[in-house]
Amino acid sequence: MGHVIEHMFLFLVFPGLLFTAAVGFLLQWGDRRLAAMLQWRVGPPPAQPVWDVAKLLGKEVIVPEQAWRRGFLALPFVALSAAALAATLIWSAALQIDVAPVGDLIVVLYVLAIPALAVMLGAACSGNPLGAVGASREMKLILAYELPFVIAIVVAVFQRRTLGEEVVSASTLSLSGLVEFQKEVGAIIARPSGLLAFIVALLCCHAKLGLVPFDMAEAECEIGEGAHIEFSGALLGLLRLTRALLTAALPVLLVTVFWGGMEQSAGGGAVFLLKVLLIVVIHVLIRSTSPRVRIDQAMRFFWGPATLLALIALLLAGSGA
Amino acid sequence: MAISTLLLRALKKSPWVFHVGTSGCNNCDIEIADCMTPRFDVERFGVRLVGSPRHADVLLLSGPISRGCRRAVQEAYLQMPAPKVVLLVGTCACSMGIYRDAYSVAGPADQVILEVDRNARLVYVPGCPPKPETIIAGVVKLLEALA
Repeated sequence: MGHVIEHMFLFLVFPGLLFTAAVGFLLQWGDRRLAAMLQWRVGPPPAQPVWDVAKLLGKEVIVPEQAWRRGFLALPFVALSAAALAATLIWSAALQIDVAPVGDLIVVLYVLAIPALAVMLGAACSGNPLGAVGASREMKLILAYELPFVIAIVVAVFQRRTLGEEVVSASTLSLSGLVEFQKEVGAIIARPSGLLAFIVALLCCHAKLGLVPFDMAEAECEIGEGAHIEFSGALLGLLRLTRALLTAALPVLLVTVFWGGMEQSAGGGAVFLLKVLLIVVIHVLIRSTSPRVRIDQAMRFFWGPATLLALIALLLAGSGA
Repeated sequence: MAISTLLLRALKKSPWVFHVGTSGCNNCDIEIADCMTPRFDVERFGVRLVGSPRHADVLLLSGPISRGCRRAVQEAYLQMPAPKVVLLVGTCACSMGIYRDAYSVAGPADQVILEVDRNARLVYVPGCPPKPETIIAGVVKLLEALA
């Protein structure tokens, strides 16, 4: 029983839902503020993402007549709980809280795909033709970015180093195992293969977060917010919360897998935070300086250059570079 | 009570706007776009333009309501989740302006909305076109009307 309570605490409060949401709201504000500064504007106040979600939670929920009611109402909850679970696993590994199952890397990869799938199914349930267009684009985007993303993560798993006489290899499917490995031989990103894989994974995370130029699934001026079009009130609030959780979880995943994770000291925490912030800044710079691409261009990009880069990184990792 | 006050406060902190250009001359639309520019930057107050009436708190109408788009405007209003308000920008939207008595106009914008919701809350921003400052002042009045 105590076990259950402990796990519920990890999932709902720290480092799961509440904590990650708080960090995610802060990062989202930073994102909007920085984007505004790049456009020579002032931008919203720090509490803006919280006000947005609070407002949405208080508004009327409309279920369209043609919608499949149960699916439409349930899927935002599925998206949110999957994002919270992924956030719990990622942050636990980053903060070295010992709860993760063996092979949590695989679990995280699977669970991270669920929010996008849930949004896609929700849009399909809504019975809106523009929602269906958004869902179809979301599906194509998932197919496009999952392949290079998984290859990039596998590059980290295949890392090996020669320390004097002995060869040390990562060969682990747990996030904390990767952190241990990097403590021993240095960050994966410092090697050519690791750097290439990191760049590919960063671009895939950009698409996972649905940021410009990969926001064609919810193009607001083209298909009226696409996959989100029929969601109103609290349901939309849950989807925004899901986005906030992913904003706080994906950069942490990248830092944990490729960039050495967090050292257990005050300075280590600060360095970790700086790395996460740097990744968020890169996301903002990409999103505020590029226009939206078409879905076929995005697929060509992810299956072409991105996958190629990831495969080169894999070969380099295989040869020990 | 406390929770509803909090939600109302949240609504005032983040009014999301769905803009319908109702066959005006496009001048008001340009002034509305000006509100988003660095000089005026309404995102400071949490204002966002959204692409679907389902996400909106404010329905922004610019221009007289022509017969062609009367149904569309009413439908967009009905599809918005409560609580919602209507912001009428420009002389044409407020009182039909130079389009008064024209054969193609369906009536004043407020009448078109009141036809489908007798208790609709409306805010008028006159001007031809209104300056961005005036539109922002209108948004402030609108937020006061919510309280």
